Amino acid sequence: MKVVNNINPSVDGKGIMMGRTAYSDDYAMDQSLIVKVLRSPHPYAKISKIDTSKAKKLEGVECVLTYQDFPRIPFTRAGQGYPEPSPHDKFILDEFVRYIGDEVCVVAASTDAICDEALSMIDVEYELLEPVLDFEKAMDNLSVIHPEPEIHDMFPIGFEPLRNIAASYAMHVGDVEETIKNSEVVIKQSFYTQAQAHVMLEPHTVNARIDYQNRLVLYSSTQTPFHVRRILSQTLSIPLSKIRVIKPRVGGGFGGKQALHGEMFVSYITYTTGKPSKMIYSRKEVFESSYTRHPMRLDITLGSTKDGILKAIDCYVLSDTGAYGEHALTVFMVAGSKVLPLYNKVDSVRFHGHVVYTNHTSAGAYRGYGAIQGNYALESAIDMLCHKLEIDPILFRQKNMIKENETSPIFAIMGEGTEGTAMNMDSCKLEFCVKRGKELIGWDNIYPCKVENEQKIRSVGMAIAMQGSGIPYIDMGSATIKLNDGGFYNLMIGATDIGQGSDTVLAQIAAEELQTSLDKIIVYSSDTDLTPFDTGAYASSTTYVSGNAVLRAAKKMKSMLFEEASKVLNCEDIDIIYDGIIFTNKSNKSSITLVDLSNRLTYNEDQQQLVATSSYVGHKSPPPFMAGFIEILIDKETCEIEIVNYVSVVDCGTTINPKLAKGQVEGGIVQGLGMALYENVVITSKGKNITSDLLNYKVPTRLEIKNLTTEFAKSYEESGPFGAKSVGEIGIDTPPAALANAIENALGVRLTQLPMTPEKIRNALNIKEKIKNEK
Amino acid sequence: MRINVKVNNENKVFDVEIGEYLLDTLRKNHYISVRKGCDNTSCGVCTVLFDGKPVPSCSLLAVRTDGHEITTVEGIQKEADIISDYFGEEGADQCGFCNPSMALTLYAMKKELIHPTDEEIKKYLVGNLCRCTGYISQHEAIKKYMGDSK
Repeated sequence: MKVVNNINPSVDGKGIMMGRTAYSDDYAMDQSLIVKVLRSPHPYAKISKIDTSKAKKLEGVECVLTYQDFPRIPFTRAGQGYPEPSPHDKFILDEFVRYIGDEVCVVAASTDAICDEALSMIDVEYELLEPVLDFEKAMDNLSVIHPEPEIHDMFPIGFEPLRNIAASYAMHVGDVEETIKNSEVVIKQSFYTQAQAHVMLEPHTVNARIDYQNRLVLYSSTQTPFHVRRILSQTLSIPLSKIRVIKPRVGGGFGGKQALHGEMFVSYITYTTGKPSKMIYSRKEVFESSYTRHPMRLDITLGSTKDGILKAIDCYVLSDTGAYGEHALTVFMVAGSKVLPLYNKVDSVRFHGHVVYTNHTSAGAYRGYGAIQGNYALESAIDMLCHKLEIDPILFRQKNMIKENETSPIFAIMGEGTEGTAMNMDSCKLEFCVKRGKELIGWDNIYPCKVENEQKIRSVGMAIAMQGSGIPYIDMGSATIKLNDGGFYNLMIGATDIGQGSDTVLAQIAAEELQTSLDKIIVYSSDTDLTPFDTGAYASSTTYVSGNAVLRAAKKMKSMLFEEASKVLNCEDIDIIYDGIIFTNKSNKSSITLVDLSNRLTYNEDQQQLVATSSYVGHKSPPPFMAGFIEILIDKETCEIEIVNYVSVVDCGTTINPKLAKGQVEGGIVQGLGMALYENVVITSKGKNITSDLLNYKVPTRLEIKNLTTEFAKSYEESGPFGAKSVGEIGIDTPPAALANAIENALGVRLTQLPMTPEKIRNALNIKEKIKNEK
Repeated sequence: MRINVKVNNENKVFDVEIGEYLLDTLRKNHYISVRKGCDNTSCGVCTVLFDGKPVPSCSLLAVRTDGHEITTVEGIQKEADIISDYFGEEGADQCGFCNPSMALTLYAMKKELIHPTDEEIKKYLVGNLCRCTGYISQHEAIKKYMGDSK
């Protein structure tokens, strides 16, 4: 392979570094109306009176919109395919507000300052309602968060809004209770995971204009431009054909931009006034009024034989979706479906639970998507079991984990909101990942721990993980390749580059198949008018799903080229040799270059435009796998943790671009470490987010990240483009469990609540010492 | 009020509001490489050079720049071109939202620190957050750039 699996700089890195026009707001029109939202100061209230008259009279104010201005059509902002597995439980604006930061009313004005002044002139009277702020008390609470009759699910998802249940689900294989009863060793533990913020550096940004064909054109920092177009049309009753959504460069997403944010408001305002408008979330709004990761409680029970054969896994999950049910069912299901198959040899397994509404900021899609929560709980419990059994946790995993050519019944049972898809692990190098990671971290020299000095202990911990590559039979990607005179190509893809480098990776796939260099592939992505459909950047789908579409389109283009060359060279296709530059007739050695052929097709003879389009929808979702190993130094007294090294050995099939793949893994690892160590959306007992800026919400800086060691297993997934699987999420899954395991290996205490701050470790140590003294 | 600022070596006259921040002034005047990340000096995305020193423009009042020099990445194109090659080699550019500000900070650091250690580099750049890369690939690229005598 020449272009694939080679180090190629990203196709857009230079222009972006040099400051070229790239991101949504760079394309906003100078005269855009500024759109801002008045947000609820109460966690749960009914708007009893709203007076916008003073604000409307202010010079420079274009419009002030309340719930009375919008039709009452329930929808979901989730940004998923159709019909969505998320309940339609949101109105563009509503007379109820359901969390601090929820939308009350919208102002469009000529300047930022006038907009702010108008917002301050709106009088709202609220009837305060009893908020539900403890997700463990949400179910069947007297306070019902969604009493409105119009809301509904799109297909059965266990939606019971009058019980504050957004979704629920249960599955089992075998009789888990019976297996546990008969198990020689049993571990039972509850784990809590927190709300985490995405903190993509570009805030949610969108602008709208009406073009000279009288169509609505949006530039949006979105992960799902085609879903945005559909949802705008459905909720604002604007014909789909009248909407164009352009996703320019996006400054990070991590799932946070899968959903819709300001798109509704700017579209409505621009469509009704004819004037351009724009909306940029303040960082406070990004924290308070977009999305977080779903906080969960995971109750795990494991049963095993005393020689370490895992027999049963029982997992109950209670998930907090906040005020609205975006991704409620699917994130929760992934906590099982992309975690439980890791231990495929059990006699019985059960996964069940509920996703509840609370008066918190909504939870939504976030890299890892339930798998990180499930992984933390299961991989922690596995280590607890190993301690009880006095078995080396690596040995235990090697004995019990999934291996190449094996399967798990869970794949067929659990999909994302629907039934799953049975599949064999045709590529699974987990055994290698574990073995190699163990060497790289120097496990045998440290495990379980080593006293470094009087103050510090060095220890190691590990966890294994899997993810997926798109959603089978749902996620669809497509690509169009066009030959130009001069012998270069345009690659038009619906796939959505949000910074992960998919434009580069997909261009590499096209270049490889067309036997050309990367500079001959000009990529244009994510424009609902100009590029073919793609579901968008989520579910680790782009390299695998969209990559396969690109490969198919490139194959089609190549056969077109051969056909045209054969006409020129007076021979059959099969008699042509092509080296990426020259087509040669094997028998008489006559030849034509691609450049001449393309010029001839454009200007001289048999003129025609060669275009190839193809699509791909997955029939399975081959999981990438990894083993993550952490080495820490922990202070016995202050319990401060220093991350000395994090070793990741990853099986994502062929790495189309090894450096970018490494970047995906390492970026994920550091976000996962943030979640493990300190990242935490803190909501007070009154429902107020007190971590709504980057001074109070801590993300890892470059000072905390000393060393990351990342390697890829040699692996080839037959169904993937050039053997590739996806790699966008797998990196984030292991850090919480690996760190919890390393802490136990160092101090003998088990942290069951994220983040694992020094205070929590100190508390656990105090309790341990107290128990010891009492004995 | 009216201020005179030398931006990227060109004398400019801007009409600004009393409480206006430089970030907004620059964007209004189409220096679009300067972008807003966090609103309160925590992320580094809005960095510009103020008389050669990196500062967050989201909290610098535009009036304070009257009579001073401001540099945005548009003013160090050759340097940004070189830096981007190192980032490209290491796969260190992902979303890129912070990259123009990173180029400016690196340019200033290279002038300020002679043979810095890894720790000194990290301390200088600690205000430039990156949520994409995990920092290691960036660090490799930065070290190469610091050692480049072009």
